[in-house]
Amino acid sequence: MTDKTKITLTVNGTGHAIDVAPRKTLADALREDCGLTGTHLGCEHGVCGACTITVDGAPVRSCLMFAVQAEGADIRTVEGLANGPDLSPLQQFFIEEHALQCGFCTPGFLMLIDGTLKQSPDITDDELTEILSSNLCRCTGYRNIIRAARRALDHARTTTEPAA
Amino acid sequence: MTLVGTSLPRIEDRKLITGHGRYLDDIKAPGGLHAAFLRSPYAHASIRETDLSAALAMPGVVAIYTAADLAALLPGGDRLATGLPSSAIAFPLDRPILPARETVFVGEPLALVVATTRAEAEDAAEAIEMDMDPLPVAATLADAVAEGAPPAHLDAPHNKLAQFGFDYGNVDAAFADAAHIVQGTYEIDRGGAHSLEGRGVLAAPDPIGGRLAIWSSTQTPHALKRHLCRLLDMAEDTVTVTAPDLGGGFGPKLVTYPEEIAIAATARALGRPVRWVEDRREHFLSACQEREQLWQAEMAVDAEGHILGVRGTLIHDHGAWTARGLNVPYASGMMLPLMYDVPAYRLDICVAVTNRVPVTPVRGAGQPQATYVMERLLDAAARATGLTREEIRRRNLVTPDRMPCPRPLLLRSGLPVVLDSGDYPATQAAALEASDWAGFEARREAARKDGRRLGIGLANYVEGTGRGPYETVTVRVARDGRIKVNTGAAAMGQGVGTVLVQIVGSHLGADPSRIDLTLGDTAEPYGFGGFNSRQTVVAGASAEAAAKTVRAKVLKVAAHIMDLPTDGLEIDGDRVVIKGSNSGRSLTLAEIAGAAEGLPGYRLPGIDVPGLMATERVVIDGMAFANGCLVAEVEVDVETGLVRVERLELAHDCGRMVNPVMVDGQIMGGLAHGLGNALYEKMVFDEENQPLTGSFADYLMVTAAEMPPVGIVHSETPSPINALGLKGVGESGVIPTAAAIASAVEDALKDLGVTIDTAPLTPAALRAAIVAAEAST
Repeated sequence: MTDKTKITLTVNGTGHAIDVAPRKTLADALREDCGLTGTHLGCEHGVCGACTITVDGAPVRSCLMFAVQAEGADIRTVEGLANGPDLSPLQQFFIEEHALQCGFCTPGFLMLIDGTLKQSPDITDDELTEILSSNLCRCTGYRNIIRAARRALDHARTTTEPAA
Repeated sequence: MTLVGTSLPRIEDRKLITGHGRYLDDIKAPGGLHAAFLRSPYAHASIRETDLSAALAMPGVVAIYTAADLAALLPGGDRLATGLPSSAIAFPLDRPILPARETVFVGEPLALVVATTRAEAEDAAEAIEMDMDPLPVAATLADAVAEGAPPAHLDAPHNKLAQFGFDYGNVDAAFADAAHIVQGTYEIDRGGAHSLEGRGVLAAPDPIGGRLAIWSSTQTPHALKRHLCRLLDMAEDTVTVTAPDLGGGFGPKLVTYPEEIAIAATARALGRPVRWVEDRREHFLSACQEREQLWQAEMAVDAEGHILGVRGTLIHDHGAWTARGLNVPYASGMMLPLMYDVPAYRLDICVAVTNRVPVTPVRGAGQPQATYVMERLLDAAARATGLTREEIRRRNLVTPDRMPCPRPLLLRSGLPVVLDSGDYPATQAAALEASDWAGFEARREAARKDGRRLGIGLANYVEGTGRGPYETVTVRVARDGRIKVNTGAAAMGQGVGTVLVQIVGSHLGADPSRIDLTLGDTAEPYGFGGFNSRQTVVAGASAEAAAKTVRAKVLKVAAHIMDLPTDGLEIDGDRVVIKGSNSGRSLTLAEIAGAAEGLPGYRLPGIDVPGLMATERVVIDGMAFANGCLVAEVEVDVETGLVRVERLELAHDCGRMVNPVMVDGQIMGGLAHGLGNALYEKMVFDEENQPLTGSFADYLMVTAAEMPPVGIVHSETPSPINALGLKGVGESGVIPTAAAIASAVEDALKDLGVTIDTAPLTPAALRAAIVAAEAST
């Protein structure tokens, strides 16, 4: 159970060669072995979504996935959203809409929305709310998060659609 | 230039949004060990033998501590006296760090394993064999205080920790003369705070210096430091407590916990850093909770709907230990009649010890329950008198011409309660207008044609904010010209840092980027931290005073050097300039700070005391009462008992707002929590007081899908009791929500004669109420 395995995780485009026990979750490996503490653990039951990251583009609860399962995958975390000092539009909208307070659930929401932007940027408001209901926040009352997410979706559509 | 009143972007956001926040579990301690607690599986049991042999043989285990082992590490005692004093308390229930002979709630820490990894510590904790004999348990709150109830503690005489109350006016005469008497029995359930980050503590001893550094996810680092110094018998200058970024607080992190003491003691004994991070299951079992109360109350009114008196009883669930005192039931009893003219009032409060996790404030702290009861009674009185719900309230609200308005009630300090300011009837009118209350019947009718059943309800509230006596703030202009603000105020994610930057910056150049904050600073000997919606008010008052003093000193030194009158100068960004001049003559704050330090053998430049620094502890004894009115519009499905909140409109007044966008944020978060209390959040226990809700899959928090659109109307009546006219707002949203939603549901079902008297109003509870109403007609 505690014999360690050598794996390489590719996080935000960078390889991390680490030794992990097979039972170690991806969330713990990111935080403890890769030094990326932006991914937070809110429940470790797969319900609250604070640990959401994207794996090969899809939002994933990193507390419900073993690190050894993620080898070879394209793992993205909150630390990869900004481009150097430049915040991503989604991050900027979160600040402008006051969509965070304590910030603990925020990385999970950002990655949930980032994954959604890439997978299904054309979703309706109702679908967006439904997707956002998969993560919990105790501070904001969600309305500002919904607003920031909507702006990010609209922004993504208007900036990535090829010119007619 | 003032920054107060502007929606300055939060100084906290950038690091948090990029994943560079530094929460407790993000702090690395080289060579650090990890702890896990063995927790009680029983609500009440005697502890017999403990066999550690199997656990000690587990991989990675460094040490295991039972109660006896830990007591040896605590020269100052092995009990935590965290309760506020009260003469009404019949017997002491100070928490043991670890209990030796008897455990009194499921989740109570019984032993502590330290290992090289958290997983190994948890594995070994499971391997501890502790032989326990279950003891009888009172299953419900009412059972706990019944004659012959099994005591929650074997050596306690009974479960009635305290019996006290409020009593003024001639209550019985009021009821004897009443045109109408309405009554009800109200049950509010237990819930949790559920900050997304749980509790956690890291202790790092420095064996060479004999010092101990503690990081804890706490709202009150000063209190933790005081308890550590006492129990570990350490001098206060050898202990540092730091609250890193908090992933939310909402109340339970305001008390010092046994786990914090235990981790510090073991780290000190082992000479190595030790960390414990609470998981969600532990948070459900061992972080303090609140809300459960059982009320019987009645209201007497005259034929015109004027309140003549309110009387009743309240049984309050205290949990198994006294972790904060009587403040929650006290707040409930004090708040109930506060904003209305209630000429006579008698409430008998019984504080019941139960075999459940201790009760301390959760956002709202007794006020939501009291508001629920008062507003339910007013709805009943409206029915009895034939008045509308809004009119009966309007007739009884305290009017603005009487502000400041002393009430025949006392704060826990013994000082009289004085409503400081506000226009309650106007606030209610604003909420009615914002919600188009007058147009609701048309909406109801239109929905009815679509087969939908709508209801509308309202609730007024006041929130006692700004609990004193003070918070310390030190403002200093450092030699590099940067402005340093150190304070006992502690951040828990609500943005108090930004608030203090706005207040201090307004006097010192109005450039937020030049201000460095140290919050929850335990190097400062006097401080309290975050609770009771207090910090903007009390730390704000000290920050205002300290910044003004420093500003005066800056200008004096500059005037001396520039040989100009002080009133001809102003601070602009990083320098002092000449008002209205474009001469370019200026001095930087760095130059002024350097001069203010003095030179050997020379006189100080225009000042008597060296340095550009001031420490203030502005004492505020009274409370600043925020007020508001919430209107809720709901749709009810009679067949399933499902309630959907369609819209919330809040009109409120929290005095002068420092940062309006952040005020909205506080309100929205409070409303979401209140919506949870109204409809979803319920700690369920079986008859042995075993919690059945131990994860977010069982205990339902509000998500984005349940949160309705919210409208907020601000008005700003300054508080006269602090210089900036501020009032707190952190708990406002949560207070009226369950009451307003209950009013709306009852309205939706008024043709069925359904009475709503429980929170949360789950579909099952509502169906039961509908069935009961059908049976009685």
